[in-house]
Amino acid sequence: MRYTTRRIALTAMAGVSALILAGCTAGEGNGDGDGAVEEVPEDEFETAMSTPTELTFWTWVPDIQNQVDMFMEEYPEIDVEVVNVGQGADHYQQLRTAIQAGSGAPDVVQIEFQHLSSFRLGDNLMDLAPYVGDLSGLYPEWIWSQVSEGDAVYAVPQDAGPMGNLYREDLLSEAGIEVPGTWEEFADAAEAYREANPDSYLTNIPGNDPGHFVGFLWQAGANPFGYDGAETVRIELDNPEVEQVVQYWDDLIQRDLVGVDPDFTDQWYQGLANGQYASWQTAAWGPVFLQGTAGETSGLWRAAPLPQWEGQEASGNWGGSTNAVMQTTESPIAAAELARWINVEREPAMRFALEQFLFPVTNEILESSEFLDEELEFYGGQQVNREFAAYAETVSTDFGWLPFMDYAYSSFGETLGSAIADRTDLMAGLQAWQEDLEEYATSQGFTVE
Amino acid sequence: MSATEAQITGAGAQREQHGTGMARREAIAGYLFVLPFVVVFVAMLVVPLFYSGYLSLFREQLIGGSTFSGFGNYARALQDETFLAGVLRMAQFLVIQVPIMLGLSLLFALLLDSGRLRMQRFIRLSIFVPYAVPGVIAALMWGYLYGRDFGPFAQGARAMGLPAPTFLTHEWMLYSIMNIVTWSFVGYNMIIMFAALRSIPTELYEAARVDGAGEIRVAWSIKIPAIKPALLLTAIFSVIGTFQLFNEPNILRTIAPNVIGVGYTPNLYAYNLAFIGREINYAAAIAFLLGIAIMVVSYIVQLSALRKERRS
Repeated sequence: MRYTTRRIALTAMAGVSALILAGCTAGEGNGDGDGAVEEVPEDEFETAMSTPTELTFWTWVPDIQNQVDMFMEEYPEIDVEVVNVGQGADHYQQLRTAIQAGSGAPDVVQIEFQHLSSFRLGDNLMDLAPYVGDLSGLYPEWIWSQVSEGDAVYAVPQDAGPMGNLYREDLLSEAGIEVPGTWEEFADAAEAYREANPDSYLTNIPGNDPGHFVGFLWQAGANPFGYDGAETVRIELDNPEVEQVVQYWDDLIQRDLVGVDPDFTDQWYQGLANGQYASWQTAAWGPVFLQGTAGETSGLWRAAPLPQWEGQEASGNWGGSTNAVMQTTESPIAAAELARWINVEREPAMRFALEQFLFPVTNEILESSEFLDEELEFYGGQQVNREFAAYAETVSTDFGWLPFMDYAYSSFGETLGSAIADRTDLMAGLQAWQEDLEEYATSQGFTVE
Repeated sequence: MSATEAQITGAGAQREQHGTGMARREAIAGYLFVLPFVVVFVAMLVVPLFYSGYLSLFREQLIGGSTFSGFGNYARALQDETFLAGVLRMAQFLVIQVPIMLGLSLLFALLLDSGRLRMQRFIRLSIFVPYAVPGVIAALMWGYLYGRDFGPFAQGARAMGLPAPTFLTHEWMLYSIMNIVTWSFVGYNMIIMFAALRSIPTELYEAARVDGAGEIRVAWSIKIPAIKPALLLTAIFSVIGTFQLFNEPNILRTIAPNVIGVGYTPNLYAYNLAFIGREINYAAAIAFLLGIAIMVVSYIVQLSALRKERRS
């Protein structure tokens, strides 16, 4: 079967690369000449996949039943139940409650990049390395670095959110503004746009979306968070890159050149639809939202790279999910295979990209012409995928998270986010965020660097 | 109890003891009828309450696990600015909203009882209908009505050239929520008071009219004093409901996330502490403190009502 050959090939690759690694690293070998990771033997795998098994899969990706159906066709003995327990915060609450209760947790679960370390903290995620082989070559480096730790792999990447700038071409040319290439140009453009249109804004910066703001920090080369996997966290919201970003937006907000409405509310959707905001600096999954809610403005939007800081060519990342396997699963082989198959095999992954508009993470799809050549009418026929694929290549590999991002994000809303929404001093808000996070980390027993 | 009442029950009790096993069988039947309720009550209310109290005496850290901390959580809560601000906000809510709501309910109940209104049933129903609307739906609906760009009030104001009303800003948010709660519960309280009014013996009215009292005098001197127990009931319910406010702020938090913080009301604070901050023990302590605060305030309200009664 096609699949078995691939499996053997991967295993062979893994074995070979492990041998090479074992040879190269001095004094790190564990004495086992075969390499650092012990693979599940082929026959064990075959047995597991031909035993009738039931798996539960918690995810909120729309229409993922398509990919799951394809998986079940490939492995008829495995029965997967897809459950949507809520989106975002609700989903994680359910998951954490199930973990705390000791029962009710699913086998495979969707986890966004920023929350992976919080589940690593409690040792809730199964190491997938023995089950999926070496997948590191399939992904851009920055994506792989988010899900792996040394030889261990804790999740299979599903989609990502490299950031770009979506803008209304008609509104910008009406106001006589060129697409800004740098943040400095962006500030001037915001001013010019506001002068020409006193009732609307060039863009909106929400006070309730820390993911969005952190994407900007990522782009600026700031790496404010870190977790060593044990008891130490690094919270550096006062480093120069972060302050540069915060001061920039502080300036624009105080001068009333950008809107500060909370995003993903009814009002905000309407704002995008009726030209209240002429652009949206967003992730690669942004186009889906626009097409849904601002459907009437089809054909008027274009994509461009994010405005750049001087001397840089970088993008940030906002969002993106993975599929991980819970430690408590009763069928590790089947669960790991589910997580791997729907995200790595070409057919299901291509469907994610083309039908469900998830931005792909595997190099295979990112470089395929099917994906890149897609011309979207919403963007006047522009090959938006090609654009975002290019931005994806410029996302920095250095970005870490805290093992309590849900608290960190909620704290953002109380401090820096509030400052944004109320148009008060952003630097004070930033300081408050830093202090609040340090206090929480210490009270939870972490050592703060 | 008064002396005569005690005598009567005493005599009755003696008769019971001399009775056949039927009395005991009736008693057992009574207990059996209540048993399903008691079982569920204990399992769903009492046991979780004790478990929560038990949890509140511990402290769990992400690094370090669970340790016994006695009343440490309570001490922390009493110094927690967010918690205290939330309680103060609820006190403010109580002092303004409850009198207004109960006043309106009383007014409507009296108007209905006076018999002067036509279409009584229709009016009664329409004032009561908002209570039938589930709290979440009501909050969502009002959230839309309050909207700055697309709510009807805003649209109306814009049509008349006035600036958009600022319902969902820091200054006005509490009053906007008061409005939603009043709208929802006026009918409910009105029905309670109306039922109480209906049970006043009508001879009192006749006597009053003979003395030359007008409708308003009758309302003031006869009706209101007669329904004091119902008034007390609605007052206590309102106090408890106020301090437990959760629904409306939680829904409006999605619409105005920067106005309603994590600790806008103590109940919301406990919820967010437990599920976002993962500080379940602290949340349990906060919930208990809130419960104690409610008990204290309810007790004060009852005491003052009793004292007024004894004086009169």
